[in-house]
Amino acid sequence: MIRVKNVTKRYGNIVAIDDISFQVDKGDILGFLGPNGAGKTTTMRIITGYMPPTDGEVYLDDCDLMENPLEAKKQIGYLPENLPLYTDLTVESYLDFVADIKNVSGRDKKNRKESVMERCGILDVRNRIIGHLSKGYRQRVGIAQALINDPTILVLDEPTIGLDPKQITEIRELIKSLAGDRTVILSTHMLQEVNMICTRVVIINKGRIVLEESLDNLTRGFQGSNNLILKIRYKDGQVKEALMSLPYVSEASEQTLGEFVIRSQENRDIREELSRFVIENGWGLLEIRPLTQNLEDIFLRVITKEGE
Amino acid sequence: MKTIYTIFKKELKSYFASPIAYIVLFVFLLLSGIFFFLYVENFAQSQLDPRFQFIGEALNLNQHIIEPYFGTISVIMLLIIPIITMRLIAEERKSFTAELLFTSPIRVSYILIGKYIASLFLFFIMLVLSVGFVLVTVLYGNPDIGPLLSGYLGLFLLGASSIAVGIFASSLTENQIVAAIVSFGILLVFWIVGATSDAENSILGYLSIINHYEDFTKGIIDIKDVVYYLSFTFFGLFLSYIMLDSERWK
Repeated sequence: MIRVKNVTKRYGNIVAIDDISFQVDKGDILGFLGPNGAGKTTTMRIITGYMPPTDGEVYLDDCDLMENPLEAKKQIGYLPENLPLYTDLTVESYLDFVADIKNVSGRDKKNRKESVMERCGILDVRNRIIGHLSKGYRQRVGIAQALINDPTILVLDEPTIGLDPKQITEIRELIKSLAGDRTVILSTHMLQEVNMICTRVVIINKGRIVLEESLDNLTRGFQGSNNLILKIRYKDGQVKEALMSLPYVSEASEQTLGEFVIRSQENRDIREELSRFVIENGWGLLEIRPLTQNLEDIFLRVITKEGE
Repeated sequence: MKTIYTIFKKELKSYFASPIAYIVLFVFLLLSGIFFFLYVENFAQSQLDPRFQFIGEALNLNQHIIEPYFGTISVIMLLIIPIITMRLIAEERKSFTAELLFTSPIRVSYILIGKYIASLFLFFIMLVLSVGFVLVTVLYGNPDIGPLLSGYLGLFLLGASSIAVGIFASSLTENQIVAAIVSFGILLVFWIVGATSDAENSILGYLSIINHYEDFTKGIIDIKDVVYYLSFTFFGLFLSYIMLDSERWK
């Protein structure tokens, strides 16, 4: 569990993060979204204890990061935006080193090392010098490094950047499989990635949280409203007025010819009644579907709203 | 302790994985070898000089070969130590591995000490290799062994302090060249600051890093000098710690 409480970070006069609070529970994968320079990396650096906040508190599994940094840091696996690789070491000796500084020792170390190399698909390059590896392999060594101490808290800053589509899918599967009894937070620019693997979303802009929601609620539409797209063919007539007159329709607007957005306050499925009504009026029913919002729309809307 | 050893091992591996260690050792041996040869030749020449033959006793080997040889090594150290220390912290920043180190459950002081000892160890290897030339004088002459040993102790202490300056300079920047120049500058200042006075009668003379070294080559181990070098080292490491710790609070 990660609990961020009223965290603020200032660099001189510049406010990088302004009083943000959120919580990620065990088993959740939190997608951390925001435009460049919004404060994503700064937030992650604070959570991992790389830099202390100007103000506020961070708890990792109920361990206060400021009070007890060494204890709290034991539970963290962190993949920074810029890979922290020693390019003159081999993959295996690098993982050895990381295991050592993270207090993984003895037989445990050997097992952990083998299992993360296998999971990240880097067994075949274990004896190669990291400096000679391709970007995709380096990224995977970076992820292996974050997993070596079997962390309960996993912080990944843009984990799939620089990978090819096949590798991206593999890494996404890997992250998904990791969640389980861990707490995962990942930042990304790819909204589809959030759609595919995250359970919660936090959108941050200019150092403030502008949206925090579970992914289910988010894509189902806001505040339980019940909106439909209705596409019909009709010759003439007061279609809009007729639709508005229905008791369960609170608003109907014609987007293009024959395509309506129907808003309803009823907390039930009105598609059946609506389609019957359309047929009874002799119009041709072409399409009726719930209006879901995709993440791109939501993202752009909250970001630009904030900008105004 | 174990983490200090881990950092130490890793640093040493990095030294010898890159050409740095080999080049440094090679250049050091080449320079000190050339100077040693010149001193020996000079010594041999002056023994043939008829003016000395009237004195009736052999010329002092310590005074004519070993003292200047140690003096030369101390100058070479002034140039080489900034090179061995420049990467210690600066490179961690440049390659973003600082983020790995400082988010791991290890103390900043342990990281510093591990790195410091690694540099000290490389320097120690340098000194050990330089013993080879001195052995020639022991095999073919009979120098005083006392000043030899104390001279090496002096060199070691001088190096230990210089490395502390180097690690401090490296903690200031992410650019290795800048780190090398800064540590060379600091060392040079501490070197020449006492050029006109000795350690006894002025503050500047006392501060000078080289004034405390001369006694060692003459066979004198003064506890005051030892204390000076140890506190100098401690102070350098302490400043580096402050730098690393405060940087993240900015």
